[in-house]
Amino acid sequence: MSCDHDQQRRQFLARGAALTAAVSIAPGLMLYDFARARPPGEAANPAVRWGMLIDTTQCESGCDACVSACNKENGLSGRTLPTDSQWIRKLELQQEDTGRKISMPMMCQHCAEPPCVDVCPTGASFKRADGIVLVDKHRCIGCRYCMMACPYKARSFVHEPVTDHSGATPRGQGTVESCTLCVHRVDQGVAPACVEACAREGHQAILFGNLNDPNSAIAQRIRSVASVKLRADLNLDPGISFVGI
Amino acid sequence: MRMQSGWTLIGRMALLLALAGPLAAAVSEPVLDIGQGGKCVDDPRFMRLNHMKLMRHQRDETVHQGIRGGKYSLAGCVDCHASKKNHSVLGTDQNFCQGCHVYAAVKIDCFECHSSEPRRALAGEPLK
Repeated sequence: MSCDHDQQRRQFLARGAALTAAVSIAPGLMLYDFARARPPGEAANPAVRWGMLIDTTQCESGCDACVSACNKENGLSGRTLPTDSQWIRKLELQQEDTGRKISMPMMCQHCAEPPCVDVCPTGASFKRADGIVLVDKHRCIGCRYCMMACPYKARSFVHEPVTDHSGATPRGQGTVESCTLCVHRVDQGVAPACVEACAREGHQAILFGNLNDPNSAIAQRIRSVASVKLRADLNLDPGISFVGI
Repeated sequence: MRMQSGWTLIGRMALLLALAGPLAAAVSEPVLDIGQGGKCVDDPRFMRLNHMKLMRHQRDETVHQGIRGGKYSLAGCVDCHASKKNHSVLGTDQNFCQGCHVYAAVKIDCFECHSSEPRRALAGEPLK
């Protein structure tokens, strides 16, 4: 039974957390965050804010491990027509005057002040207590105001009936969707699929964690290196930051 | 309009019941393939009447508040009741969800988005 499997997994993660807690450089300074699967029945913690730090200097041009992992995890086709869903894209950019090239992934920025939520007429677009911006597809009427409001072009509309439900995320025709920060994995104490795939490729370009925990690896890194948020002038306070752009 | 006498009304109802009896018997109750089955999360009779309300309530809590592990989940229904023949709760009028919904003439749209097959195990690395 999968319920038993989940229970065993939680116990295993709890033991792992106890072990990682022991690996500390000094009191209060941990090498690793705790694995934090929320116990069943507990709501998302408003003291947590999930976010990512993307290091473009570690992101390899031509590598699309994060994109394929996202597609596989969430049951996306991987096609890139204007009518196909893309939750994460790889961008190859070149600075005009210097010719400097960078490669980076681009997805929903999980804003603290999300314009998609502001414009949604039905309350389908919402921000969860722990900062993850989601679409409740039961309430989405497919009007696509949120797609127009998003300055990052992060959202997609499902144009055709979904026949392949192999992905972990329910998806359906007539609704808008975007990166969920792999909320189903995060709730079980597992990092998003793109983060895992990037690490598997040995690139370590995406760091995921709790921005509000001063001891988390991501918070420590953000304190120690220069990072930027995209279109910071819009004051949306994205949860995704970038290094090297 | 002329008022009907009490006796006439009772007579008509009796006639209607006499006619409806054989008609009702002609529509046989669905024979469902309950898959793995076992002990349901609640009394089956209660679930038959209320599963839609329970699932809707839990779905809102899960989607918006992130509360997971509740016992009235659609995925939970599918895990236990997917047929062992086609690994789904849909497909034929014997399959668990489809069979009953066809019998009750209630459109079921859960599976336009959700999987009608049991969950696969979550594969991934713990958060670091």
